[in-house]
Amino acid sequence: MHIGTKPKNLIKKKVFIQEMNISTEISDRKMKQRLLKDKIFTNGMIFLAFLSGVPLFLILYQLAIKGYRQLNISFIFEEAPDTMEAMIAVANNEIIPGGIANGIVGTLIIVGLASLIAIPLGIICGTYLAENAKGKFAGLVRFIVDMLQGVPSIVLGVIGYIWIVKPVTSGFSALAGSVALSIMMLPSIVRSTEETLKMIPGTLKEAALSLGVPYHKVILKVILPTGISGILTGVILGISRIAGETAPLMLTALGSTVINTNITEPSSAVPLLVWEFYNDPNLVNMIWSASLFLLLLILGLNLSAKAIARKWKVQY
Amino acid sequence: MPTEQKYKEKVVIKNPIEKIESPVLKIDDLSVSYGGDKYAIQNVSAGIAKNKITAIMGPSGCGKSTLLRAINRMHELYPNTHNKGGVYLGDENIYELNPIQLRRKIGMVFQRPNPFPTMSIYDNVIAGFNLNGIKLKRSEKDEIVERSLREVGLWDEVKDTLHNRGTFLSGGQQQRLCIARALAYTPDIILLDEPTSALDPIATSKIEDLLVKLKKDFTIVLVTHNMSQAARISDYSMFMYLGELVEYGKTKQMFTTPKDKRTEEYLTGKFG
Amino acid sequence: MNSEKIFKYLLVSSGVLMVLIALGIVATLFVGSIPSFKEFGFGFLFSTEWDPTEGRESYGALPFIIGTLLTSILALIITFPFAFSISLFLGEYFKDGALPSFLRSVVDLLAGIPSVVYGLWGFYALKPLVAELGLNAQGFGIFTSSVILAIMIIPYASSLGAEVISMVPGSLKEAAYSLGATRFEVVRNVIVPNAGSGIFAGYILALGRAIGETMAVTMLIGNSNNMPTGIFDLGNTMASLIANQFGEAEGLKYTALIEIGLILFVITGIVNYIGKLIMKKLSA
Repeated sequence: MHIGTKPKNLIKKKVFIQEMNISTEISDRKMKQRLLKDKIFTNGMIFLAFLSGVPLFLILYQLAIKGYRQLNISFIFEEAPDTMEAMIAVANNEIIPGGIANGIVGTLIIVGLASLIAIPLGIICGTYLAENAKGKFAGLVRFIVDMLQGVPSIVLGVIGYIWIVKPVTSGFSALAGSVALSIMMLPSIVRSTEETLKMIPGTLKEAALSLGVPYHKVILKVILPTGISGILTGVILGISRIAGETAPLMLTALGSTVINTNITEPSSAVPLLVWEFYNDPNLVNMIWSASLFLLLLILGLNLSAKAIARKWKVQY
Repeated sequence: MPTEQKYKEKVVIKNPIEKIESPVLKIDDLSVSYGGDKYAIQNVSAGIAKNKITAIMGPSGCGKSTLLRAINRMHELYPNTHNKGGVYLGDENIYELNPIQLRRKIGMVFQRPNPFPTMSIYDNVIAGFNLNGIKLKRSEKDEIVERSLREVGLWDEVKDTLHNRGTFLSGGQQQRLCIARALAYTPDIILLDEPTSALDPIATSKIEDLLVKLKKDFTIVLVTHNMSQAARISDYSMFMYLGELVEYGKTKQMFTTPKDKRTEEYLTGKFG
Repeated sequence: MNSEKIFKYLLVSSGVLMVLIALGIVATLFVGSIPSFKEFGFGFLFSTEWDPTEGRESYGALPFIIGTLLTSILALIITFPFAFSISLFLGEYFKDGALPSFLRSVVDLLAGIPSVVYGLWGFYALKPLVAELGLNAQGFGIFTSSVILAIMIIPYASSLGAEVISMVPGSLKEAAYSLGATRFEVVRNVIVPNAGSGIFAGYILALGRAIGETMAVTMLIGNSNNMPTGIFDLGNTMASLIANQFGEAEGLKYTALIEIGLILFVITGIVNYIGKLIMKKLSA
């Protein structure tokens, strides 16, 4: 706002304020102060808002600069190197041989299995909540889903350990990791399904029902397909949320130096490998490329979720 | 709906500024755009008479709200606005004044009652002082609140609930509270943008009585959708159509012998 | 039974399953904590000792409860000016255009970075900086963790705020402008009072996030089991303690860690509940 000048007094008013001898004048000095305050606040706000984004670029820069050297074909198709191999390579200033194939396979299996558990259950439960907007039990379920969303991932790791590692697989296992992660991704699938289905106008359902289509077929063949983009977006965001999780896997899948496809055995995962490389001084060079890979994977998932939300949007 | 073509040979009122003797506000060839070359109002000239009620009428989208907002520069809250011409308060162009100081002189009441919901009735009345950082003694505040509320006839209704929130009042009471808020800060001119359109007939007539009473102390400019309201309370009337000031004059004259055919059609209910 | 009925049962049973999962989690943590509770009672909450030496094993949660609250509340304080600025920027000052959509993407991406990557960056970039500033000998500690946490929760703290700020009715802002307020005064006197509880709810939910965050904190807090003496001291949060020690824990230590997990669960539950409660009041 530009400062401009102060209007002159025009009218001698007989209004009560004049009788009270109170001035509503604002001095030039005070006006300047207020405008200055406004300017400082606006600029400070813009500065702080964009400063918040700086860490993102520093992180991306660091990962890209330090990580790209290791990113090659063998990085994706070979198992993680052992410490000795890596040490020799580093000593000779070579690229560390090997890759993160055990982590990639582990992540695919653990996340895939978690999705297999969480997606059907989440969609069914979300449909239930959308179809029973007002019911008492539905209200309880909604509350519980909200609360589940806030459970710290490490606690779910403990749960995976007690439920699966001890009694079922009698040892660390990919399955235990999947169970922990499936609980973690459930709430976002339930809520996105519910929100999407609620947006679908009731007339659509009425139209189908009036044609004599049974209720369950209306849901399965009309309502769910109409909401597919919203549901899918929620599913992908749920996957991207668990794909980078490390803490619960430390207590469940534990990690493995080789590719392992048996879900009752310990398994590696990309975030677990980052943690292992971080703890092994000889493998430190690998953490950047593994992190870069993980970050690209998650950003890719997020971007595809956005693209789906935009492109598959059904108009009603 | 008449086309523009039909009225090519319209009666143009030259320089309506001249028609008002010693106007407190002069609108001089004002055009306002919200972006691009399209103007919401075009080449409007008019003088606003002191201590009178001036009504601005016209169908929706004719630019009457834009004209009103241009008088205290509230239209500048939208991005990309620009204007040509000027508005003079005394001999100063308001577009060269500080908008904050200007709004102290020219207050505004809006279409829907908008008391601040987080403030009490009391704080709403003195909001102008608080917002502008004018420090007052407790006794001064009390007096301002009481006299402003008396002025709008709200004191007896709310004197026991001054520290309750203003949003618990009825629509008509809320609107009178908003008028009290505007006049407590003693502007020279009060602008009202369809102040009764959201109110029932009883609340509307209370506000109309109030405005008539207030004009001895304030100059009032009122946008209204309601022709009979303009006829009842205004001294001068403007008729706007498609962004243009078609006719401006004494209300009685305009309602009995409109000069422009469009005005006549509007007043007889042919469109609008 | 016809398919219609089966379908309806299927829907309801998914809800039942959700309830069972939640009850199962609570029950599991409770049952797992029983031996520890029998041994230490409520003293567990107030004891500052964490001694796994065989023969004189003794466990208490206080240093970790304090460590958790200290890191997360400090993180919230650090994040506040940034998150509030973003909320205002996106919710009031710049609603459409290239700049706000850029900022929105940046915030989204910040939310997508895995905790372990934040930890790495904190370890290699932030920790040396903290050490150089002389705040702490090695750069580890509560303060360093809080800074990383602050960055991590920016998206959660700012997004709800931006939403409620954008919903403050334009008519109220206009009323303030018409009385001669500057934009800053409109923010202070109209936007903040009207959107305040929503903004606050966002911070509460972000606090819940910070309390449960594990990896980044584990990598930066220094993992000391002593009572922290200040914000630049080393420490442990409940989450980082479990991450560090659960793997090899046996016997009493194992159940003590589960009890820590239960406490963590309850605290995040309460914090999130408060946040949701405020949000519910808003939408009502």
